[in-house]
Amino acid sequence: MTDIRLPTINVEEKLFQNRYRVDADHAHIHIRDPATCGRCADKPCIVCCPAACWRLEDGKVDVVVDGCLECGTCRVVCAPGNVEWDYPRGGYGILFKFG
Amino acid sequence: MSEKFDVIVVGAGPAGNAAAYTLAKAGVSVLQVERGETPGTKNVQGAILYAHALEDVIPDFRSRAPLERQVIEQRMWLMDEGQACTGVSYRDDGFAQTPGNRYTIIRARFDRWFSEEVEKAGAMVIKETTVTGLLKDKAGKVIGVKTERDGGEVHADAVILADGVNSLVGQRAGLRKDIKPEHAALAVKETLFLSKEIIDERFGVSGDQGVVIEIAGRITHGMVGTGFLYTNKDSIAIGIGCMLSDLSQHGITPYQLLEGMKRHPMVKPLIAGAEMKEYAAHLIPEGGYKAVPKLYGDGWMMVGDSAGLVNGVHREGSNLAMTSGRLAAQTLIELKDRGAKFDAKGLAAYKARLDDSYVMKDMKKYAAVPDFMHGNAHVLDAYPSLLNTAAREMLIVDGVDKRTKQKRILAQVREKRSLLGLMGDAYRFWRAFR
Repeated sequence: MTDIRLPTINVEEKLFQNRYRVDADHAHIHIRDPATCGRCADKPCIVCCPAACWRLEDGKVDVVVDGCLECGTCRVVCAPGNVEWDYPRGGYGILFKFG
Repeated sequence: MSEKFDVIVVGAGPAGNAAAYTLAKAGVSVLQVERGETPGTKNVQGAILYAHALEDVIPDFRSRAPLERQVIEQRMWLMDEGQACTGVSYRDDGFAQTPGNRYTIIRARFDRWFSEEVEKAGAMVIKETTVTGLLKDKAGKVIGVKTERDGGEVHADAVILADGVNSLVGQRAGLRKDIKPEHAALAVKETLFLSKEIIDERFGVSGDQGVVIEIAGRITHGMVGTGFLYTNKDSIAIGIGCMLSDLSQHGITPYQLLEGMKRHPMVKPLIAGAEMKEYAAHLIPEGGYKAVPKLYGDGWMMVGDSAGLVNGVHREGSNLAMTSGRLAAQTLIELKDRGAKFDAKGLAAYKARLDDSYVMKDMKKYAAVPDFMHGNAHVLDAYPSLLNTAAREMLIVDGVDKRTKQKRILAQVREKRSLLGLMGDAYRFWRAFR
């Protein structure tokens, strides 16, 4: 039987196909208070982020925005509102070729 | 940028472009501000273009716009987990002889073309510039925008917010609240390239004819959502979307969902050998009528996704966006002609125009659907599964008489849903969709 259940995906391979102009010194997403993430049981940001920007590093929630698709998901799913989310500066970030 | 404009449009998606184009054509001075390198580079859609909404803005768009294929066939598949699928399709080759009703498009290309039309119509379009906030006077009337650029404050008599589903500008100005996870669907998609000949052969089309497949069922693992597969000229757009509240509860990543759908035996052969050239994601405002924020006030109007104008039931959004953009523009044009102010009283005419159009009529018709789906996700899960079971039972000819088979099917139905549950589903479904 074909398994459609939860295949393991390397999302970096997908993101590798995309075009970005990375704004090295201006991350557009920040964690407001790391302690709030520490108290969060569900950590929906890690599950829902389509670009796997959110991950656990040594047990702490960390965000690396280089592959961000600018969808806004992490901000919307964060119940305590702990995600400071801006648009990148004009011209930076994801540059969809097809969209 | 010390100049003052009649109107500033924030964002260059379908809503913003329809608004800016309509205003510029009428001789209104317009500044449009877009954060992307070129319009389209921040925008994501399946994408189906519904002709009527663009035709109302640019009547002869068909001879100029970058269209992919004209949709002549729509398939709807209800997938079981594993290998089964029940489907219906509607095909009409007669569509090809008439002006198209819907086309597949590639948004980055389409939006760039639309924006060029906006510029040709006389609007000033500033790219690579993010609007960071609105300027208000002491009375609270919106009088312009702030951008991240040095000295980047620009004044206008009215601002049209077409800044998309996240609408940070609207939020920060206190004009709307952030979208809730139960009102937002996250869709992920890939653009897969194949030769035109292979796509024609696999989908049974020729020339500019295209096929659209909408997919529901167990591919969303019990979450509220749907998948899609659209044929472009030499690529296939494939994607899947689920409500954010469901995704976070189920602990399934969006890319796992997409990969699961790509591996289903109904989908796999259609995309075999294709080269993936882009992976995209976007939120869709699916809160419906009840989640629509206030749409206008002193000196401002909200259009398109920022206003939550999406008909989730019929998978329509870009047409509502273009129509709302056009109606916002026409409201301003009429007020300007009369020498009237762009205050809340005058701009109330925008809401009246929307209410009078299919945009709000359709939003109202399905006002109860988001709540219904939120509490009844099983209808997208149990029923497709039962349908596939029933089809399988009836299609296997094995010497068992048909009444016995019918009983077996009913037993399966009753196992998954009690009689009261069935009746309740039917009633609630009818109430929400009637």
